[in-house]
Amino acid sequence: MGPRDLWEEALAGMLARPVRSALTTLGTVLGIGTLVITLGIAATAGNQIVGRFDALTATSVIVETPEDRVGWNDVAGLARLNGVESATALAQSEKSSNQSVTANAVIDPTRVSGQTLAVVAAGPDLPRTVKGRILSGRFYDGGHSARRDRVVVLGADAAQMLGITDVRHAPAVFIAGRAYTVLGILGGFQRETSLATAVLIPPALGPEFGLRSVTRVLISTRLGAAELIARQAPLMLDPRGGAGELRVIAPPSPTRAKDGVQEDVNGLFLILGLVSLVVGAVGIANVTLVTVMERINEIGLRRALGAGRRHIAYQFLTESGFIGLIGGIVGACLGIGVVVAVSAVKTWTPVLDLRLALVSPLAGALVGLLAGLYPALRAARMEPVEALR
Amino acid sequence: MGEPVIALDEVHRSFGPVMALASVSMRVEAGDYMAIVGPSGSGKSTLLNILGLLDRPTSGSYLLDGVETASLKDGDRTRLRGRRIGFVFQSFHLLAHRTVAENVMLAEVYGRRSRSGRRERAVQALRRVGMTHRTDFSPATLSGGERQRVAIARALMGEPSLLLCDEPTGNLDSRNTGAVLELFDSLRAEGLTILVITHEDEVSSRAARRVRIADGALVEE
Repeated sequence: MGPRDLWEEALAGMLARPVRSALTTLGTVLGIGTLVITLGIAATAGNQIVGRFDALTATSVIVETPEDRVGWNDVAGLARLNGVESATALAQSEKSSNQSVTANAVIDPTRVSGQTLAVVAAGPDLPRTVKGRILSGRFYDGGHSARRDRVVVLGADAAQMLGITDVRHAPAVFIAGRAYTVLGILGGFQRETSLATAVLIPPALGPEFGLRSVTRVLISTRLGAAELIARQAPLMLDPRGGAGELRVIAPPSPTRAKDGVQEDVNGLFLILGLVSLVVGAVGIANVTLVTVMERINEIGLRRALGAGRRHIAYQFLTESGFIGLIGGIVGACLGIGVVVAVSAVKTWTPVLDLRLALVSPLAGALVGLLAGLYPALRAARMEPVEALR
Repeated sequence: MGEPVIALDEVHRSFGPVMALASVSMRVEAGDYMAIVGPSGSGKSTLLNILGLLDRPTSGSYLLDGVETASLKDGDRTRLRGRRIGFVFQSFHLLAHRTVAENVMLAEVYGRRSRSGRRERAVQALRRVGMTHRTDFSPATLSGGERQRVAIARALMGEPSLLLCDEPTGNLDSRNTGAVLELFDSLRAEGLTILVITHEDEVSSRAARRVRIADGALVEE
């Protein structure tokens, strides 16, 4: 019996009961489909999370410094490091975080006229480092700090709380009874979002609020440089001191984050996919077994016509393997379709391992072959006399 | 006279304590048309299965075309069966979802003959049984007699030494029975060896030789 004869006989066997063959295929379709969807969605979502993570967190390094360890000017050196886009020092204390701020000097006992806001001393590079946007006016510069100008920039939420929407007429705020001119309003923080409710002051005014030294340094790096900068920044900021005294908060490695996400999603749904596949295999095994029992006469006839046991086994294996293969192909197509559709709805970029599309049909065929093994052996073991009875 | 097609010598077949065939010896020469008759339970089917290499005798010797079959391995018996024996069954055993031609061609699927010319050979076999006008029909559309003629064409396809028929007219009315028996007559005239197992006198009376089987033993009439 040549391969072409085997194929034609198996194909005829499958087409003899097309609906049953299609329904049998469905088990593998669901199993392989679920696996492809699981792996595809995991890869896509993982990539999506990493994408967001890259844009925001993966380029952010924060160095927390103890009192009097790092000076305001030390931060300027950081900008010379290859990979640093901008760096800004901040000073904030518990005391400065609870300042009563009012928009005018009149104290009206009948209404709440002041707000408790945080006062934060920050270098002039802050808008760039936190990727913020000036909503009104401008940010202070080195000159303001050098001249000790009594100017502030309000975070967008702080400005709203104080009822200041426009700085064209140079409004003032009063902190601890002293007036400060509002230079601008800073909003759209992508990092350090808590600064939206803060009053930002030039470093030179820090001592007025007990902010003498830098407490934190924010560094915005280029993509992929965060790990390097996280190692170099403490040495740059404090070459003499033990680098261990500065606490560096760096993003986890993007690859690790991606793998983590994929492992979380995969672990859960892979089990689901495998269970579906096993159910599909059991379906194929059941139906093939029923088919073998129904085709006893045919098996007997084939044996009488000179078919050996292996010919009978090959035919049933070819049928179940092909049903599995078709299930694998359809399942992979459906799975890829779902991944693409979900990505389209979520406006994600679909990420699919090409190997998955190639391996899925083979996995389906393998499932079909394994599921068909027992029924095929049953058929092959049948004695022709009994099969023809 | 040449080698007999069938030479059974002291063949026994028992199923546990039940002796289905007891010391059966017979010879069938090439070109013989022989009928084995007997009531049900007489051992007809057991004899047919042994003759058709579908079963092995418990003891004794069976030569088919001079080949001792008792000692053959399963695979060799299967090949010998496929090459030398054409089966005709009472219930035709045609595959319902294949055409008449495909059913006939099935006889060559497991042999060593090349695929090329297979359809022509099938049509040739159908011509011998007068069924070429139904070549691409489904068996479901044929009458019982036509189905049996297609089954006979399938049996003839491999040019067998022996046509082994098990109650070939058991499912046919008298008109179709007559047609099949006429076909056997003409096949015999072509020189084919035919062995028919039947319980119908109408069938057995057409054969040149008649052997009665009763309680597992043969008596030539």
